[in-house]
Amino acid sequence: MNSFAERFSTTSATSQLRKAQALAAEEDDISDAMWGSEAGFGSLAKGVPTFSIPAVADPTAFLRLHTDDHADPNCRIKIQHGTTTLAFRFQGGVIVAVDSRATAGSYVASGTVKKVIEINPYLLGTMAGGAADCQYWETYLGIHCRLHELRNRERISVSAASKYLSNLVYGYKGMGLSMGTMICGWDKTGPAVFYVDSDGTRLKGDLFSVGSGSTFAYGVLDQGYRWDLTDEEAQELGRRSIYAAGHRDAFSGNSCNLYHVKEDGWKFIGNYDIAKMHYDGPGDVPGAPGGGYGYDIRVEGLTSANPPPVTAAA
Amino acid sequence: METSFAITGKGYVIVAADTTAARSIVKMKVDEDKIKTLSPHLLMAYSGEPGDTIQFAEYVERNIRLYQIRNLYPLRPSAAASWIRRSLAESLRSRKPYSVNLLVGGYDTATHEPHLYWVDYLGTMTEVPFGAHGYGSYFALSLLDRYHNPEASLEEGLVTLKRCIDEVSKRLVVSPGNYKIKVVDKDGVREVTL
Repeated sequence: MNSFAERFSTTSATSQLRKAQALAAEEDDISDAMWGSEAGFGSLAKGVPTFSIPAVADPTAFLRLHTDDHADPNCRIKIQHGTTTLAFRFQGGVIVAVDSRATAGSYVASGTVKKVIEINPYLLGTMAGGAADCQYWETYLGIHCRLHELRNRERISVSAASKYLSNLVYGYKGMGLSMGTMICGWDKTGPAVFYVDSDGTRLKGDLFSVGSGSTFAYGVLDQGYRWDLTDEEAQELGRRSIYAAGHRDAFSGNSCNLYHVKEDGWKFIGNYDIAKMHYDGPGDVPGAPGGGYGYDIRVEGLTSANPPPVTAAA
Repeated sequence: METSFAITGKGYVIVAADTTAARSIVKMKVDEDKIKTLSPHLLMAYSGEPGDTIQFAEYVERNIRLYQIRNLYPLRPSAAASWIRRSLAESLRSRKPYSVNLLVGGYDTATHEPHLYWVDYLGTMTEVPFGAHGYGSYFALSLLDRYHNPEASLEEGLVTLKRCIDEVSKRLVVSPGNYKIKVVDKDGVREVTL
């Protein structure tokens, strides 16, 4: 009876909400400046936002039951696991390079994923593990970095930003978050790279690679890495390392996205097709030696045969 | 964990295998030679299930020797590798299969070519310019894609092998301490150190 009365009431809270919704529906062409405003009640005008959660006693356990594909390969929801991401610090700033493949089990779900999340003009985050977890929490981190800026009239340090994220995900430990990320940027202290994962680990370092293809990337990265790399050499090393992982790891590939962070913020360098890099190289870019990266392409015409020198016929 | 590498170069094959024999979490021995010399121009690195490895390697060693005694000439590398692969493939469908992974490297004195075969416990065989088994392969293969040169001299080949070993000791949690390195070329088999 109460709900029946409320439906036709003109003074109850729900009717106020109904009026606001009707008003918002009429205003189809709201200018950009007004977006989300509605006199401070923008979030309520279209109804209170809610998450749909499973109607069970323990939603966390329920989610884990259906997503844990280590224990159960037949689970219903597959979280994106295969990836290669890398970031390293050097004399000229920070290089961030990632692949672009999304897999769900053995299915290649997409080849054009953006695995670098542009938190703000000075901060980049990489995405490995759950795509949604990384995207959501790193965007959320961006909001808090901006709030820090407004409150303190100063940009947040990479160290503080990464610690904010690591403390945040640590609060959700054991609840099924899955992320392995590098927070990269430039602050007062210079270039910085921090590794943060959903276990709550946070590591400062010069060189990291994360994901199923990381071992293959490390193989090329470690051998070519020096602190005094030039900008061109460093970008080439990032590209080549992602290529190596894309070539050897089935769960990584398609293309490589390359970013360079310097004192004045990050810059997107380019997107490079991995198959193209295999056969033709990355194209006309500074630092590339020309020719494909592929082993068979690189050694074409060479032979290990070692016949003795032919003596002139007597 | 057990790791083995092999790379070919101008007229030679280098075969390297770690020298630890582990049981559970304990290193039982740190100087075990896991590379058998099967004939004057043939080497085989073996890894896998303890027990199976040595039994299978000795079985192969003696049968290759028997062939040489009976025929007065040794099997060429491709023939030897095929025979070894077949032995593994027949074992796979037996009551108790051998779990052994192999790298068979040899120098064919007739054609003056080095040959390297990558063989796993399922009886997969493929001829490769470089190969690796174990966790080390995750780091070494991309590295070798980048740095391997089919025309490298022995010195250059050993430098490339050192890159692999250094990379594995740098990044692998359970990295092996020491490696035994053997070379086969026109002069036969010999052991080398880096």
